Amino acid sequence: MSETTHERATSAAPPPPGEKLSAAELAARHGLAVSGARPSLPAYVRQLWGRRHFIVSFSQAKLTAQYSQAKMGQVWQVLTPLLNAAVYLLIFGYLLGGRGGMDMPEYIPFLVIGVFLFTFTQQSVMAGVKSIPGNIGLVRALHFPRASLPISFVLQQLQQLLFSTVVILVVLIGFGHYPSWTWLLVVPALLLQLVFNSGLALVFARWGAAVPDLAQLMPFVLRTAMYGSGVLFPIGHILEGRDVPSWVADVALANPISVYMELFRHATITDGPHHGGLAGYFWLLAVGYALLALVAGFVYFWKAEERYGRG
Amino acid sequence: MADNTTDTTAGTATTGERVPTVIADDLHIVYRVTAGRQRGNATAALRRVMRREPSGRVREVHAVRGVSFTAHRGEAIGLIGSNGSGKSTLLRAIAGLLPPESGRVYTDGQPSLLGVNAALMNDLTGERNVILGGLAMGMSREQIKERYQSIVDFSGINEKGDFISLPMRTYSSGMAARLRFSIAAAKDHDVLMIDEALATGDKRFQKRSEARIRELRKEAGTVFLVSHRNRSIRDTCDRVLWLEKGELVMDGPTDEVLKAYEAETAS
Repeated sequence: MSETTHERATSAAPPPPGEKLSAAELAARHGLAVSGARPSLPAYVRQLWGRRHFIVSFSQAKLTAQYSQAKMGQVWQVLTPLLNAAVYLLIFGYLLGGRGGMDMPEYIPFLVIGVFLFTFTQQSVMAGVKSIPGNIGLVRALHFPRASLPISFVLQQLQQLLFSTVVILVVLIGFGHYPSWTWLLVVPALLLQLVFNSGLALVFARWGAAVPDLAQLMPFVLRTAMYGSGVLFPIGHILEGRDVPSWVADVALANPISVYMELFRHATITDGPHHGGLAGYFWLLAVGYALLALVAGFVYFWKAEERYGRG
Repeated sequence: MADNTTDTTAGTATTGERVPTVIADDLHIVYRVTAGRQRGNATAALRRVMRREPSGRVREVHAVRGVSFTAHRGEAIGLIGSNGSGKSTLLRAIAGLLPPESGRVYTDGQPSLLGVNAALMNDLTGERNVILGGLAMGMSREQIKERYQSIVDFSGINEKGDFISLPMRTYSSGMAARLRFSIAAAKDHDVLMIDEALATGDKRFQKRSEARIRELRKEAGTVFLVSHRNRSIRDTCDRVLWLEKGELVMDGPTDEVLKAYEAETAS
């Protein structure tokens, strides 16, 4: 470099206007871009698509690492949800009698599906909240669209759910619900829930990045959502005989968590007094919630893209 | 003094010979730290939250204060200064990883920090970490496949048996550091920033990594190097920025700045 010493005072004022180029002009002249600026929405989507291999492989790596210290390893991926369902069965099925008039062969699959699908949403939200604060080192070291993180964690939860789904199928068959064509509806139902969860995780990722305390608060919010969404017992059964207008039950049944669960249940539990036909608008709700959550969540997350990792 | 810099930059812009790759324009970086000493108890904290006061726990650290410089293609720039003078922060800001409080950084392409440590997982095998680290840095699957063998060979992990298929937590700290450097150094960069990466591994590996950095320097447009070892700055850099307390003390040819720096630190 140079012939002169650039010893400078601390303030380093921008070059005086006039014959000299300002930093911005010099940058523009050579096509330099502002570092760390937020890309436009289409560019952001393109960047994210470019990182798809990273997103998938990061989620798989997390999943592998999760149980690698346990002696039984990956078996816990199936065992953990199964034990969860067993605890709820003991408490709500036998001790509290919350079966809502269902026989065991109908109630147990009902419960297992409810618990597993709720866990999927619950873990997606929790992973979203922690996705930025929990990976701050990564965010501060490497450049990538930050939405990769929450999406990757939701995919990790999806892979966990696929193990659980095997358990669900075994339980269904074990209690005399045999496969039929309607079982195929499980695939679009799960995909829609995946989309919904991704959107939700993106929203919570932005909140969690701003307020890390949310990780302490969310378990309580989520538990409330669990009891209010008919995970463990049918909503109608709880409200029965109480002095509430019937629309309360309809609204409770139409909340997103309940919608995805009911779609799965009605697709697989086909013979039982409580299961059978499901109103067609449930599919509309499922699609609507999924699209709304994804679009709103994605845009909301993107709006703060350049601020993640500060502080 | 500021005039000197603008003279050079303006002059080169017109001749078109020296192309700027990084321009920092009165850059300020402020960290907000939530940890730290907190006075009062839970009720006091709650009261602060209710009143929407900025909680007493948030403290501001003004890490970089008004730094301006222009780096050109082909330059290797050393950053020196005592601990906590803002060198690493400045690198992160150039990489666009820390948003500036005020001022701007303009860059040509995407500057990258040499480092993938945060993306690697100790519970995974070295093999999977090579792939994961490469993807995290933005390499494509094909690029990784192509360079996989050279990454492993360079790290020397397999010299004492088949360690690459073992989880990274079973590695010695030196082995892990070597693998991390090998992954990080596998990618080509437009603007490359190295944060004291030269000090990893044993003597033999240090030699190899210094050679690799010289290679990267040739391929990269511009290299920034943070180091506390003046020798490695002298060996690799032709220009040095001296930071102290977040402010640019001196910016000039390596010999002059290092002489002044050594005089200052000796006293």
